[in-house]
Amino acid sequence: MADVLTFTDRGIYCPAGDFYIDPWKPVDRALITHGHSDHARPGMTRYLATKGTAPVMRHRLGEIQLQTISYGEKKIIGGAEVSFHPAGHVPGSAQIRVEVKGEVWVVSGDYKTVADGLSEPFEPVACHAFITECTFGMPIFKWTPEDILTQQINDWWTANAAEGKTSILGAYALGKAQRLLTTVNPDIGPILTHGAIEATNTVLRGQGITLPDTTLVTPDTTYKTHPGALVLATPSALGTTWARKFGPASTAFASGWMALRGVRRRRAADRGFIVSDHADWDGLNAAIKATGATKIFATHGYTSVFQRWLREEGYDVHIVSMDYQGEGFDQPDEGAT
Amino acid sequence: MKDFAALFTRIDESTKTSVKTAALADYFTAASPDDRLWTIALFTGRRPKRTITATSLREWAAEVAGLPDWLFEESYSIAGDLAETISLVLPPAKQDIDRSLSYWISYIKSLSILDADARKTGILDAWDSLPSTERFLFTKLLTGGFRIGVSAKLITRALSQSTGQPEPQLTHKLMGNWTPDTVTWETLIEADDPTADQSRPYPFYLAHPLDGFDTLGEPADWNAERKWDGIRGQLIIRGGTHHLWSRGEDLMTDRFPELAQLTDYLPDGTVIDGEILAFADETPLSFNALQKRIGRKTVPKKLLAEAPVILMAYDLLEHAGRDIRETALKDRRTALKILIDSVPVTVPLRLSTSLPFATWNDLVAARDQSRALNAEGLMLKRRDSPYLAGRKRGDWWKWKIDPLTIDAVMIYAQAGHGRRANLFTDYTFAVRDGNDLVPFTKAYSGLTDAEFREITAWVRKNTLQRFGPVRQVPAEHVFEIAFEGIQASPRHKSGVALRFPRMLRWRRDKPVDQANTLDDLKEMLATFG
Repeated sequence: MADVLTFTDRGIYCPAGDFYIDPWKPVDRALITHGHSDHARPGMTRYLATKGTAPVMRHRLGEIQLQTISYGEKKIIGGAEVSFHPAGHVPGSAQIRVEVKGEVWVVSGDYKTVADGLSEPFEPVACHAFITECTFGMPIFKWTPEDILTQQINDWWTANAAEGKTSILGAYALGKAQRLLTTVNPDIGPILTHGAIEATNTVLRGQGITLPDTTLVTPDTTYKTHPGALVLATPSALGTTWARKFGPASTAFASGWMALRGVRRRRAADRGFIVSDHADWDGLNAAIKATGATKIFATHGYTSVFQRWLREEGYDVHIVSMDYQGEGFDQPDEGAT
Repeated sequence: MKDFAALFTRIDESTKTSVKTAALADYFTAASPDDRLWTIALFTGRRPKRTITATSLREWAAEVAGLPDWLFEESYSIAGDLAETISLVLPPAKQDIDRSLSYWISYIKSLSILDADARKTGILDAWDSLPSTERFLFTKLLTGGFRIGVSAKLITRALSQSTGQPEPQLTHKLMGNWTPDTVTWETLIEADDPTADQSRPYPFYLAHPLDGFDTLGEPADWNAERKWDGIRGQLIIRGGTHHLWSRGEDLMTDRFPELAQLTDYLPDGTVIDGEILAFADETPLSFNALQKRIGRKTVPKKLLAEAPVILMAYDLLEHAGRDIRETALKDRRTALKILIDSVPVTVPLRLSTSLPFATWNDLVAARDQSRALNAEGLMLKRRDSPYLAGRKRGDWWKWKIDPLTIDAVMIYAQAGHGRRANLFTDYTFAVRDGNDLVPFTKAYSGLTDAEFREITAWVRKNTLQRFGPVRQVPAEHVFEIAFEGIQASPRHKSGVALRFPRMLRWRRDKPVDQANTLDDLKEMLATFG
């Protein structure tokens, strides 16, 4: 039987349906798992994505020919049947299921298995072959439980506010920032946002997602106008003059990499919160098991280690190099994985 | 151990010296004397005797975590720290028991008399009773090496704040080979006599790199000498016996047995600051010769003959049992010269002579001879300066020669570990040989974080082939590699081994065909090897 999907220098390709999934070079028809820039790229003639992903894609890519699809809705493209299923990565993110002549392959995109209170929770999809990321495919990566994480961030913010310090938290503009927004306690103080994050907030609010009130940082915003504030910023904004106007401040990063003491110290932030929109070690293994797949393709992350581990567990595993970034802190600080 | 874990966290989370010092001072005020003493010991590189091998710890942790050994090792190579890896891979602790730091240290000691099974049970029980940070710290006690960004200077400052004693006095008290088993808080810190311990060295005085002659004043006020290329050491002769300390406070007495005879010629109450040098026919040998003796606890006869060492004396710190560090350098040197002149030339002790000079220009010429003399450069010391503790500006300057350099092509990249776990920071470099590229060295340091990030992004997009964690990349980027020495090495494909190679700069301006060649490298070996 021919492969349902093949791996080309343009991206993941379905010969039966003549379409690509998350391609990185211009193609005619692109199915997009989610709106992050390494998965949803400009230059495609036609796009297909979930209703929850569409607004952010339009915001980022401008005028594009974009058709939307609901989770679970089946669509025939050529000789393939496709459907999108929640990946739990960011709001609207999807795994894409492709069935050709009874053979089912699933492309995970980026995913996480724990519910973050914001994204549609991950749903395992039964398949024969599973194309998975493994950004954090090492057993040293285990995420802090959601309730403890929330407590840690609230405690940090409260203590800083009591000492007259601003709390500056570095997090991805799409997904991570909003997820943190919905978990922190807005009664502690005002919440300020960096422009890139507020732009995403506006898009998400526009599609009906409820977020607490936030104030965009303007040239007039200082620690005097907003004492004891929590500032949500992109990781690259930390340590710049932009961040210095908040006066005495405690800085923190929210990232899966914060599990490693060395990385935490290299970034020289006061705090590191261990939180990611990717699956941790246990999450990856549970997700793979739940698909029932016997054939696994690892796209990005600690691929060679993860391949060996899964082979020893009895899977048929292949590494396919895709041009995806996984979780860096920011461009160009990408993971070396 | 919660208070110790809280101290660790406060220190670890801050990059500010003031915050770290305050955290330590608070802890020294609140903790029990035993916990205080152990904390000082751990942060100054002393640790409980190893009762469990690292191999056992790895095996047990992998077993409890349900991981194959190879996967545990891969995890370790990314985290870069054994205790951290163990605390990360283990399942969450079932209990949360709060006992003191000294309790857990006694607990570890008590394991040593038990049989293998009981030791294992003891460790597994402890891992299962300690939440994450405490578990990490407990495991650190087992694996040793408590480097957490706290310098001895910081400890001393915090101790000074909490005890009211002056810093230099505390610095001296903390030197030497005490352990928490041989002293108490009372005898180490509260007692007044820092020379109670016969082996205790003085804190080393370290020089800053010279940044110009303009601020130095008159050449006549300065003493110039060679900066010898060996191991800085402090020789202590007290109570009829001798001790030899390295700058890193390692006791090296037994590694250099030829220096034992100095006790026969030098009086009790003598402390000399100098350089251990491989030396023959009144000439220093290259550092390569000394290298063979580094890290050897005992020295075979053949090596003693091949690479005999001397102490090249720079300074005299204690004379006739009296601490003379406050007197002027010129007077200390006079006393040193008299001592050394009284010793026969068969004894492995020499005075590092002063270089005559009238103008700073004279020194430029002297410095240019350094490599030929197997020296690292020059030292400039103010003639009336006291012997201070630590790295201080103003009276002592080092003026090193420029390193050797070569332009090389990056051909492989590998991710770092620890601080650099998610960056490609470890590169293999090659020189050109006709149409081939011959790898000759690796280098890991010298670039900025921003450069490492840029190269990491490039490596990800340009990987040609993977060999486990190593990635082959296109030969496109040229780097200037600096190094301190070169020697022939049959183990390397290129036939050479470099000493302390690092990246001096990324030569974005140089195309690959202008990188150096294997012939260039061989010529350097012939000239400087």
